[in-house]
Amino acid sequence: MKLQDDNIDLKSDEMILNMGPQHPSTHGVLRLILRTDGEVVNDVRPVIGYLHRCMEKHCENVTYITAVPYVDRLDYIAGMNNELGYALTVEKLAGIEVPERVQYIRVIMAELNRIASHLIAIGTYALDLGAVTLFLYTMRDRERIIDLFEEVAGGRLLFNYIRVGGLAHDLTPGWVDKANDFLEYFPPKITEYNDLFTYQKIFIERAANVGVLHPDVAVSYGVTGPNLRGSGVAWDIRKDEPYSGYEKFDFEVPIGRGEMGTVGDCWDRYYVRLRELEESVKILRQAIDQLPREGDVQSAMPTKTLKPPKGDIYYRVENPRGDLGFYIVSDGTPKPYRLKVRSPCFTAVSAIREMAVGWMIADLVAILGSLDIVLGEVDR
Amino acid sequence: MEPSKIYELLKKRFGEKVGEFDAEAIDPCVTVDTGSLPDLARFLFEDETLAFDSLMCLSAVDYPETLLLVYSLHSLKNFHKFTVKVEVSKDSPRVPSVESIWKTANWHEREAFDLFGVEFQDHPDLTRILLPEDWEGYPLRKDYETPDEYRGMDI
Repeated sequence: MKLQDDNIDLKSDEMILNMGPQHPSTHGVLRLILRTDGEVVNDVRPVIGYLHRCMEKHCENVTYITAVPYVDRLDYIAGMNNELGYALTVEKLAGIEVPERVQYIRVIMAELNRIASHLIAIGTYALDLGAVTLFLYTMRDRERIIDLFEEVAGGRLLFNYIRVGGLAHDLTPGWVDKANDFLEYFPPKITEYNDLFTYQKIFIERAANVGVLHPDVAVSYGVTGPNLRGSGVAWDIRKDEPYSGYEKFDFEVPIGRGEMGTVGDCWDRYYVRLRELEESVKILRQAIDQLPREGDVQSAMPTKTLKPPKGDIYYRVENPRGDLGFYIVSDGTPKPYRLKVRSPCFTAVSAIREMAVGWMIADLVAILGSLDIVLGEVDR
Repeated sequence: MEPSKIYELLKKRFGEKVGEFDAEAIDPCVTVDTGSLPDLARFLFEDETLAFDSLMCLSAVDYPETLLLVYSLHSLKNFHKFTVKVEVSKDSPRVPSVESIWKTANWHEREAFDLFGVEFQDHPDLTRILLPEDWEGYPLRKDYETPDEYRGMDI
């Protein structure tokens, strides 16, 4: 019998345990109802919606251009990536082509944000497992990226920088040098994370072989991004359906290989993110090298109210947390008739039961942390 | 495989049950009726030349005459995409669930139920997902009116 049934039939050793919505390990406001037998989780039912703001309804009441700040607030750890996905969807719907310089700057912002986001993922994951130090190290390094964003966009977390058809501003003078400084500074830090945490015995004991997600199950549940790649599926939209000029860059798609345990365990999901830091640095170096020096970043921005032709589109990009998709219906007016967000975190949470049943409560914390969810995007 | 080829394959297999094909759309799509959806979805999933193993997105849209469900499909094996649209009447919005084919449909269908009031038949757990259980109405319907308060709290 499942937890959702009205007559919960508890065996003599079982109990129902409520975890959240306020809980230090739930990465936001997520509630998990557990059926436990001692320390072992026999069933788990995620309950979501505590951060629901009806963002999709709000967007129906604003113009395409003014919806960008709402999009920022979906996955608030990766604002630039959200903006990029939204801007590309509307541009495709409206038939707007952006200049090459805009494409490059967008890729630079998206990859910097991917690093910043993965640093939070890795740091908080260590925190979940009781290793506080790594979190301080990753936050120290993330700060440098946030400073770069602040200089160019004004905001440190929510940017409203990537606009439909262009960018809010061009890069500030000297910004590229500062970004280069960061790319000098950062790679040795990845080695530091590895020495401190990745290959640490206690961490491996906690994460390897735990919460294995079979690739077929992952695909069926719509799990994407590093969580899917952790299960050994080499699917990355940047590689397989390139957008915004990603086809010009040379980078690898790290996948889980079960180096410490089984393919698709918590350690693999963690390690895929860590390896992606290196790949993002590679992309950033190429993008900064090849960045066209001249070009008006606002030349393709609509000068009048944007009214995309009637039609609908589903378009997606590779966010730090997986495939972020937008389904937009235009009825030819300045406001979207319908805007649906397909969230990678939403699908990741829906698959928790497949990973957690049979593990202990402490392992459930490890599994949840390894999925790297942001509830702002789950609940929208 | 090209969307037009996929359409031909479906037409050959299901004949009249497969509705019109929109090749001009940004995402070429086919419209089917609610009764044909389960067989068609199963075929799209199981046929080896199609192998749509991933339901990328399930969106509902409230049009003046009808509710429309949009199934955006993708195949990780064959690298192609296809879109299936199902029209549902507003008076009795019922449609068979595809949860047994794509597990991700479970939560996507709950969301469409929660926000649009679409009832998915044979869904194992059709309950509200984003809104509280006692919420009234379906907020993403165009005729939805926001209530003044919820449990004594102003909205």
